[in-house]
Amino acid sequence: MSTDAASLEFRDVVKRYPGADENAVDELSLELPAGEICVLVGPSGCGKTTAMRMVNRMIDITTGDILLDGRSVTERKAADLRRDIGYVIQQIGLFPHRTIADNIATVPRLLGWDKQRVSERIDELLDLIGLGSEMRDRYPAQLSGGQRQRVGVARALAADPPLMLMDEPFGAIDPINRERLQNEFLRLQAELRKTIVFVTHDIDEAIKMGDRIAVLRKGGRLAQYASPAELLMFPADPFVEDFVGADRALKRLALQRVRDIELWNGALCRVGEETSAVRARLAEADLEFPLLVDGQGRPKGWLSERGLSGERVREDIRSRAEPVLDLDDILRDALSDLLSTETMYGPVVDAEGTVRGVLSLRAIANALNIAPEEVPSSAELASGALTQ
Amino acid sequence: MIVASLFAQAPQVPEGFFTQRDPDDLSCVAENGFCPGWIVENFERYVDPFFEHVYLVAVSVAIGFAIAFCLGLLAHRQRWLTGPLIGATAALYTIPSIALFLLLLPITGRGNTTAIIALVAYTQLIIFRNMVNGLRNVPADAVDAAAGMGLTPTQTLLRVEVPMALPEILAGLRIAASTTVGLATLAFFAGAGGLGAQIDAQINFKSNVVVAGGLAVVLAAALDLLVLGMQRALMPWRRAAPA
Amino acid sequence: MTFAIVQDFLAAFEFIFQARESRAGTVQVGGLEEFAFLTGNHLLLSGIAVAVAVAIAVPIGAYLGHIGRFQFLAVSISNVGRAVPVLALIAFFIAFVGVGFTNVALVLVLLAIPPILTNAYVGTAQADRDTVDSARGMGLTERQRLTRIELPLALPTIFGGIRTSAVNVVATATIAPYANVETLGQPIINFNVYGGTGQLAAAIVVATITLAVDAGLGGVQRLVTPKGLKLAAQPAGGRRSLLARLPFTPRRKVQPS
Repeated sequence: MSTDAASLEFRDVVKRYPGADENAVDELSLELPAGEICVLVGPSGCGKTTAMRMVNRMIDITTGDILLDGRSVTERKAADLRRDIGYVIQQIGLFPHRTIADNIATVPRLLGWDKQRVSERIDELLDLIGLGSEMRDRYPAQLSGGQRQRVGVARALAADPPLMLMDEPFGAIDPINRERLQNEFLRLQAELRKTIVFVTHDIDEAIKMGDRIAVLRKGGRLAQYASPAELLMFPADPFVEDFVGADRALKRLALQRVRDIELWNGALCRVGEETSAVRARLAEADLEFPLLVDGQGRPKGWLSERGLSGERVREDIRSRAEPVLDLDDILRDALSDLLSTETMYGPVVDAEGTVRGVLSLRAIANALNIAPEEVPSSAELASGALTQ
Repeated sequence: MIVASLFAQAPQVPEGFFTQRDPDDLSCVAENGFCPGWIVENFERYVDPFFEHVYLVAVSVAIGFAIAFCLGLLAHRQRWLTGPLIGATAALYTIPSIALFLLLLPITGRGNTTAIIALVAYTQLIIFRNMVNGLRNVPADAVDAAAGMGLTPTQTLLRVEVPMALPEILAGLRIAASTTVGLATLAFFAGAGGLGAQIDAQINFKSNVVVAGGLAVVLAAALDLLVLGMQRALMPWRRAAPA
Repeated sequence: MTFAIVQDFLAAFEFIFQARESRAGTVQVGGLEEFAFLTGNHLLLSGIAVAVAVAIAVPIGAYLGHIGRFQFLAVSISNVGRAVPVLALIAFFIAFVGVGFTNVALVLVLLAIPPILTNAYVGTAQADRDTVDSARGMGLTERQRLTRIELPLALPTIFGGIRTSAVNVVATATIAPYANVETLGQPIINFNVYGGTGQLAAAIVVATITLAVDAGLGGVQRLVTPKGLKLAAQPAGGRRSLLARLPFTPRRKVQPS
């Protein structure tokens, strides 16, 4: 990947269509550092697509300016500018009369690359998006929706542009494949570090994909420009609050990992240890049951009263330590694991499998600043989990 | 030209009547039947009219396609021209061919030129309309993606829109070709030859009408297959089996 | 040169209005009276042929379109029809069936059927599936669906086919004199009697009445288009109706390729 990412700046950009009473985009100012994903999100008719399409001049800017690496996009011929900007749209717009290879080669050929280089690039990109080189000579009609979308992304990446524009790129894909394509794309982006303007109407997708999110309201006015976490924690006004949804606290779970929150302190014990020491540790801990671990500190299960009754700890387990959570788990997934095993606690381990703490429903609630009694279904769970 | 009153009488003695050797054929011709023997014997006389016909059709369709194709591109760029051009070509198409051949006579004289001008005029509506429809039916997302990747409008037109409109454009060409084969049988009114002149020369002799008319149908079918073959050769993506 | 052309046309116009002696000098030819007679006969022949064709083709086409079968037949019949040279068809009929008004009318009916049949089929078959489905859902019987939903929606398309056929028939009736039926083709085919001026005069009249028939039926076609459909077509800026003129090209889904 030779070309570096470019920074992008909207400077007081206004778009007014001829004959319209209102601006479609109104005094939009945004700065996007190189290598980040900026998601433009908002209800339909908020001008998000218009704003995006002014970047590669598919739509003319009425007043104001858009700077790509400090240089106005209006300085260059539109066609030349566009060859330097990757472009992915919801309907993909693959050319049905051209093979996959020819589709991907569109911009490199416009730029006059030699045959050898184009061919190598096609193989490289097919590999990158996880399609075999036997796909080269297929036609778009022979691919599945997800494959077509991947080819669309590969085609946009073909000439290694420093900026990518993506207009609802996963909007036409079914939810299961969309999730997969989003994850794939994030992995790709972690490697490529392109600057990306991403348009969507789906706030969940925005939170998942964006390094920064610009929420637009009707009339193309910027309501808030912030990181996903900031947007969820401090919505700027009732419109944004309403748009991110009443479940914004829950949405934040998708942004945090288990390691990001304060874990509970569990009392660990090993077989053969003195019970008095364990009881002392238990007094300090946030949890009234000791967790039995093996020699490497890996969780074996919750110790029963009988296990503590003698002088030394005996291996007597009241319940298995499930689920075992990972420090790198996304909080939302960890919560889901807890709920689905109908338990209130789970040991958290690091990459080696060593216990580093305990995740509880209350710990999650604390992290979200929700009153503990609001923790979902904890009441129903309590009885079941404790009598296990 | 044949005068209508001739039909009231017994058929004329056909050409070749006196050279007929087989007595069965002789009586067949005398009775104005459908005579395979006579046809085999006299097939040679259809060769020249057939190729004249092919010439008229090929030249007219080629010129007609070139003009309508350019008009189609023009109308695609200048949308407002579409209405007037459809109106004009539709009016041309509506004028009966015989009338058009005759109306052109004082201007361009008798002969192939007049016939070809009229035949070209008839191809315009079909090819032009299919071209405009074809270009209009190209999915907007492909055109948008092309522009977004930095193809100039001309590149977009020639590399994306025209190839994607080819099925409809060639469908127009097929219709135009078979229509022109039929219309060219009336080109003798403009003083051009072809199978029509051959029919007209012995319009009351069954064998002649069947052979000359049949050859026109065969020619139309052959041209249809030719364009169909072209279509398959030019559009490999249409053969690709969907996933 | 230009002057000679203008003179030819002026002479032709004079021929239409003023009778004169034939080339052989034996009979009076031309003049309003003869042209009025020929035009009347021409239109009568054409009208009968189109009416019979409508009576045959519309019910069959609409029924086939309604049940949605025999699409290939209904569509390709008009493609085949195009390739058959009408001159050969007429000559063929003369040779095997005979001359006269009925025979010529029969040929013209055969000529008029394919476009009407195809358009009746396509128009009925392509009535919006959702509309038809909701009609079913509301409990319309099969017959009610055909007569209240599909046919009204198909009417503009059917009239498009009738218009195409009518124009073809009026044009083709010109060669009816080959079969002893006196139409406007009389001066064209009997060159020996009417001369070049007579030919040109008849050509002018034939062209004029064809354009008039086309324009008239175009007006009818607009009249029978349900208002809701006209409104729905509005964004296309009226071009759609122009594009829909004359030989109907079926939409892609029913187009044989």
